[in-house]
Amino acid sequence: MSAAADGPRRDSLWWLAASPAIWVGHFLVCYITAAVFCAKAGRDAALTEVRWVVLGATVAALGGIAAVGWRGWGRRRFGVGPRTHEHDTPEDRHRFLGLATILLSGLAAVAVVFVALPAVFLETCR
Amino acid sequence: MSSEDDPTAAPSAEPSAAPSSEPGTGPTASPDGDPDLARARAPMKRAPDDVEPLAEAPSAEVQQGQVRRLMDAWRTPTGWRYWSAVNNSEVGLWYTTLAMVFLLFGGVLALIMRAQLAVPGNDLVSADLYDQLFTLHGSVMMFLFAVPVFEAFSIMVLPEMLGARDLPFPRLSAFGFWCFAIGGVFVCGSIFFGEGPRGGWFMYPPLTTQYTEGYGPDIWLLGLSFIEIASIAAAVELLVGVLKCRPPGMRINLIPLYAWYILVVAVMILFAFPPLIAGDILLEMERAFEWPFFDPARGGDPLLWQHLFWIFGHPEVYIVFLPSVALIAMIVPTFCKQRLVGYGWVVLAALGTGFISFGLWVHHMFTTGLPGISLGIFSAASEAVAIPTGVQLFCFIATMLVGKVRFEMPMLFVLGGLSTFVIGGLTGVMVALVPFDLQAHDSYFVVGHLHAVLLGGTIFPIVAAVYYFFPLLRGRKLSDRLGRWAFWLMFFGFNVTFLPMHVTGLLGMQRRVFTYPDEPGLWALNLASTVGAFVLAIGFAIFVWDVLRPAKKDAKVERNVWGAGTLEWLAEVPDKPWGVRSIPEIDSRYPLWDQPNFVRDVDEGRFYLPDAAERKRETLVTSPVDATPEQCLRVAGPSFVPMIAAVWTGGLFIFSTFSMYTAGLVCGALAFVTVLYWVWTGTAWIPEKEDKDVGLGLRLPIYVSGPKSVGWWGMLITMLADFTAFVALIFGYFFYWTASDVWPVPGYELDGMMAWAGLGAIAASWGATVAARGLNRAGRAVAYYVALAVGVAAAVAGAVLLWQSAGALDPTAHVYPAMVWLLVGWTALHVVLGVVMQLYCVARRWAGKMDAKHDIEIVNVTLFWHFVGLTALITVAVVAGFPGVA
Repeated sequence: MSAAADGPRRDSLWWLAASPAIWVGHFLVCYITAAVFCAKAGRDAALTEVRWVVLGATVAALGGIAAVGWRGWGRRRFGVGPRTHEHDTPEDRHRFLGLATILLSGLAAVAVVFVALPAVFLETCR
Repeated sequence: MSSEDDPTAAPSAEPSAAPSSEPGTGPTASPDGDPDLARARAPMKRAPDDVEPLAEAPSAEVQQGQVRRLMDAWRTPTGWRYWSAVNNSEVGLWYTTLAMVFLLFGGVLALIMRAQLAVPGNDLVSADLYDQLFTLHGSVMMFLFAVPVFEAFSIMVLPEMLGARDLPFPRLSAFGFWCFAIGGVFVCGSIFFGEGPRGGWFMYPPLTTQYTEGYGPDIWLLGLSFIEIASIAAAVELLVGVLKCRPPGMRINLIPLYAWYILVVAVMILFAFPPLIAGDILLEMERAFEWPFFDPARGGDPLLWQHLFWIFGHPEVYIVFLPSVALIAMIVPTFCKQRLVGYGWVVLAALGTGFISFGLWVHHMFTTGLPGISLGIFSAASEAVAIPTGVQLFCFIATMLVGKVRFEMPMLFVLGGLSTFVIGGLTGVMVALVPFDLQAHDSYFVVGHLHAVLLGGTIFPIVAAVYYFFPLLRGRKLSDRLGRWAFWLMFFGFNVTFLPMHVTGLLGMQRRVFTYPDEPGLWALNLASTVGAFVLAIGFAIFVWDVLRPAKKDAKVERNVWGAGTLEWLAEVPDKPWGVRSIPEIDSRYPLWDQPNFVRDVDEGRFYLPDAAERKRETLVTSPVDATPEQCLRVAGPSFVPMIAAVWTGGLFIFSTFSMYTAGLVCGALAFVTVLYWVWTGTAWIPEKEDKDVGLGLRLPIYVSGPKSVGWWGMLITMLADFTAFVALIFGYFFYWTASDVWPVPGYELDGMMAWAGLGAIAASWGATVAARGLNRAGRAVAYYVALAVGVAAAVAGAVLLWQSAGALDPTAHVYPAMVWLLVGWTALHVVLGVVMQLYCVARRWAGKMDAKHDIEIVNVTLFWHFVGLTALITVAVVAGFPGVA
């Protein structure tokens, strides 16, 4: 069984969680910044600083997600011949985890943009 | 969509072993002439070093001997000892049955409510009783039915789906069940004494702190906290089960979709329930000891409860919904004779929903006056979660379009559930929009919406699953004729009940009112809802009758009656207590469809562990990604200890509910002793030999410690949940910081120097524990004892210093000292537990139950201490460090 364990590539399940975890981080930065800022600055305060933070966090998050997705893409394309991922081979497992990483990166990217949008439209803490 | 998910795609290059088509090779042979099944099959490709089953079956004599020894090991106890069973099939069955009983109880409460609301100004029940009815209805359905039923069902079926003999911690499952039974009966019983909780299933303070008489909220808080602990225990069991107890070869890309969903949901439970437990602690401390967490007069804030409750409460919706989708993902391929289209996409949906569901909680709080930007962020995330939710539904629809659907009973309920869920999902998108929610909040529109989600997304799929799995459990099919009556009555009754509620809500009818004015429109719609509710109940009653009726004349079904492709259908009729005859090597997502002679090979013991030579209960432990065999795990057999431990734990919670603290503490101490006895006698045995032949030329160790062992994973996962509760308390501290003008509050300073000194001592103990682990491994017994003695002394000193540093503060005076005390108390309690564990390790080695090679205890205790160290560090940094920064 040792050959199967070593396989062509060893994989970790943590990569699946990478892009969604970036979404979580982005979400918390946006929410906590906005909530603390508005709690301390009052309801009439302009959101200028918050919007910059959200912009920065969004750019960073999308960059991180793109990097993770790119890694997944490389794994999805691994090997030659039919690039299946439902067979009992290390290559298939490798490609499957790549595919799942890409899909989750796509979802995380959309969700990051969604969460950033309120900062585009809202100008004050009201 | 990827190529191999496309059923019309060309087969892969290598035409590997063709599926067997000769008749008589086992139950897969029965549908073999079926062209649909031929289409469902896919050519398999395997790794070059893949293991083959034995070419020749062992002789009949050998097989009989194996069966006899397996039976000796796995035999279910009989007579009164039956209740000492801990095997997943018994515990899972009791657990599922009891959860269904609570469902019926919750349903009866709902019928009484609907009878009260049939006409305006009705006086069937009083306002007070009505309050208890709706509170208990919601609480029972959520905490005693929806979450437990999925865990119960998974405990029963998951090992079968994974070809495992049992889950890794059978006694933990049994303990969870007995906790659930005691806590559930206690909570439900309260209404018969007029003491039911009244504050609604989300128990908002200050209603439940300052304006509720009696024990209702305490019963809710303590009774359900008790059950939440059982839920977390089951989550630990299921998570380790999916990651570590798969059959060899079942790589992560081959696991049944059910297991993916369980993995996601178990992780969600670990992060969702602890914030609620933290909230329960705050609320109960306020009710019992006047610590003013939610009392604005002393700096508290009721909104913190809403945050903590809904950080739990919204993921909870997905915690009950995803397992039901998981059931659908198992049922649909069987009745379409078609591999599920878009396996990878369904995994995306499960994982994506799991994550995003943690960013939605404030959409229950849109009317609390938070700033628009906060509302916007949560509204956006609430819209985003519709994407993965939709993806999985499209995968099911695609599977049905590609395959040929057989409309048997399970499929009918699946379709009814999906269509109902779509209605609830779409109204969910509506109430996720802030302007709409401001109008609909707390009205019957929300009641209509949430019931469409929960009946469509939970109840219908669960009924479908009962129809689907019943032959597996009882050896007969449920009646088709009764089933169709039940389905149409339930479906029709559901819609007549809940569709009008959307309208009554928009007309302005508030939820949770015990009666309403005689206005045009309102009464007719309410009467319709009441009629519908009783029609729904009749449908349900027919279903229950079909399950319970004595059916001696009904024909026994054949094995794998629906012609499914997944491992649970290996079960014989009637099933054997050992689960699978031999643990197979897996090459496909649907092994019963794809692997030639599969059932025969399993039955004849041609795979792993066909025998129980030592007459011990054994199963395989494999690696998380590739399911490479790592250990032959011996699991525990029948015992009354879990039940006794649950009884004492129940006593602790129940006596405390009525402020009988002495009796409660005595029960707590007895529970503690019982658990110690359980752990001492029932875990980490040193085996009589190091490794054993598990068949097919493989030798595996029997004793494994560290990250390869299931116990290490159990500790890690439990401590992640524990740490999440701690993080929720830290969240509370900083919540008050944002919500208060002054925080930290002057006049309530703790002794910072002493707190830092305490941290130093705790860190020293942590280091001593780590050192002890190394010294034990090096075989230096004396140094090991010395290190642990130093650890114990340092830990005690640390706990005392930490406690003393807060000694001058009065927690009832203001929320600030209360919060500081809570963090310090939490940490001190963990340090004390750490001391107990250090002493336990000393005793184990002293008693010869641990040595340099067999070190599970000290390895797991070190892991615990990592969390204790981190907890102490954060606590002191916050309570002693933050005041200097702020």
